[in-house]
Amino acid sequence: MTNFATLTRMRIQLTLRNRMFLFFSVVMPFGFFFLYAGVFARGIPRAVQYFLGPVLALTVMGSFWGLSAALVMFREQGILRRFHVTPITPSDMLASSVVANYVLTIPTVLIEFLCARSIFHVTHFGDLVSAFLLITIGTVSFASMGLVVASVTNTMQETQVINQLIWLPLIFLSGATVPLASLPQVVKHVGLFLPATYLVTGLQSAIYWAFAPWSPDVLLGLGSLAVWAALTFFLSAQLFRWEPESKIPRRAKLLAAATAIPFLLLGIWENNTNRTISLAQAMYDSLNAPAKPDASSGKTP
Amino acid sequence: MANSILQVENLVKRYGDVEAVRGVSFAVEEGEVFGLLGPNGAGKTTTVEILEGLRTPDGGRVSVCGLDPQRDSSALKHEIGAALQSTSLPDKLRVMEALRLFASFYKRRRNPEELLKRFGLEEKRNTFYSQLSGGQKQRLALAMALVNDPKVLFFDEPTAGLDPQVRREIYDIIEELKREKKTIVMTTHYIEEAERLCDRVAIVDHGKVIALGTPRDLKAHSGGTTRIEVRLSKPESNGTLKNLEGATDAREVDGAYVIHSKRPPQTIVSLVKHLEAQDNELVSLEIASPSLEDVFIEMTGRRLRD
Repeated sequence: MTNFATLTRMRIQLTLRNRMFLFFSVVMPFGFFFLYAGVFARGIPRAVQYFLGPVLALTVMGSFWGLSAALVMFREQGILRRFHVTPITPSDMLASSVVANYVLTIPTVLIEFLCARSIFHVTHFGDLVSAFLLITIGTVSFASMGLVVASVTNTMQETQVINQLIWLPLIFLSGATVPLASLPQVVKHVGLFLPATYLVTGLQSAIYWAFAPWSPDVLLGLGSLAVWAALTFFLSAQLFRWEPESKIPRRAKLLAAATAIPFLLLGIWENNTNRTISLAQAMYDSLNAPAKPDASSGKTP
Repeated sequence: MANSILQVENLVKRYGDVEAVRGVSFAVEEGEVFGLLGPNGAGKTTTVEILEGLRTPDGGRVSVCGLDPQRDSSALKHEIGAALQSTSLPDKLRVMEALRLFASFYKRRRNPEELLKRFGLEEKRNTFYSQLSGGQKQRLALAMALVNDPKVLFFDEPTAGLDPQVRREIYDIIEELKREKKTIVMTTHYIEEAERLCDRVAIVDHGKVIALGTPRDLKAHSGGTTRIEVRLSKPESNGTLKNLEGATDAREVDGAYVIHSKRPPQTIVSLVKHLEAQDNELVSLEIASPSLEDVFIEMTGRRLRD
């Protein structure tokens, strides 16, 4: 436990000293924030409240970039080898990455809420407990996915290519950039297979419609992301490699592909029930409907 | 052997079709500095990394401090310290932070302040790892190997790639550890290093131990002859030089004559007399005492460093 704590502290320290961190954790999220709030929502408080879900989802999902890159760099440079001769375990190493990332993500999230309040005059943030839980589980699960990416790539270049391949569908097909409701029908159905979709819709339902943590839609997001986080973290520990030259076992790619199973199953179910799509549609419609006095107070219509 | 702190029996390690280690056996006693000497690719690093628990052997038995590096890996890691080859630390980690961080992983710890002083890194305590020179990085690596006051130390090529002056600094550090009766297993491909630092040396080639003993014994076994290398103004026939007093062998190598002798002074006197009689002149003369390199050449027909 103490090893994990000291490692986490080191990771936080190192990340704060890294200029790349400034870009990924500060410049990029706030770039998105002001783009969404200022341009997409045109500064209208109710619309900013609507778009806060996607913005926060992007902040949370960005975790996997930094994490996979940092771990691969540590391995490539032979830094992990040095830890291998100490009593540090793979779980210590991986858990410290996830927790350090969480600790560094939360301030960004808080500042986004504060900016929404002070700059764009959003007065209601729906159910903050739901939002907080989704942000927490979302950050942990996407960070764990980054660890899986790190375990099936050998070089930084490979990692960045895979990251791009994952990132683009995640942000474009999930409602994180273009609202799910306004995507073509086919794309909507594809989006239901992505973890990002449940994070975006979950956050939106928590912040825009004040859904409580025990409401089915928030629970669906929390539950599915939690299962996914546990699976990805477990697999990343199984696939962990200390040595730069150690080969990726053949089963590794298979196991990494297994991380898609939870959302494959959920996607099939969702495609039959259309539950998430209708929820996204309803929220989208209410945003475009003429403002009712209680719409921004976060009450379900 | 039964009480040895470290035992290796018939160790085998394969990488695909390549057998990197082919039945290596040796034992290391407590308080001993034991060297694995051999050319690059001889299997030294693989052997040491199996002892550290970093690699899985394909055959044979290994015991370090009475523990199996595979089965008791976590217990073993508290007992050993290592300066690895091809390793690094995060660029933005400061020297003192690195020592404190690594010390925090162990049950038994040495005071990082004391290590900092001892390894001459006091002035660098707040310097980022990326800003250290090669020698400073290596000194830090050795200091870090000591943070848990280990029973056995592993130094893998501790001076590779360092310039001669820095290398001597590292020698001083290892000699000091030797005086403290630390058990050290080190690998090297520098003869001078093995001769100067090691109590016993295993010469390794192609994954096998080809000779094992104290440097003195190894040299004595190889005939113990001194090498006399001369250049002459006129050619000389090999046969006559072989008949010089004390000479055991004489060969022409690249225009020079290499004479091996058991009694160098007599050989030189008789060489000078012979040359005077032949009206020949001595252009240059070099005398080299027998080294582990000669042992290696004798066993393998190759130079250690090629």
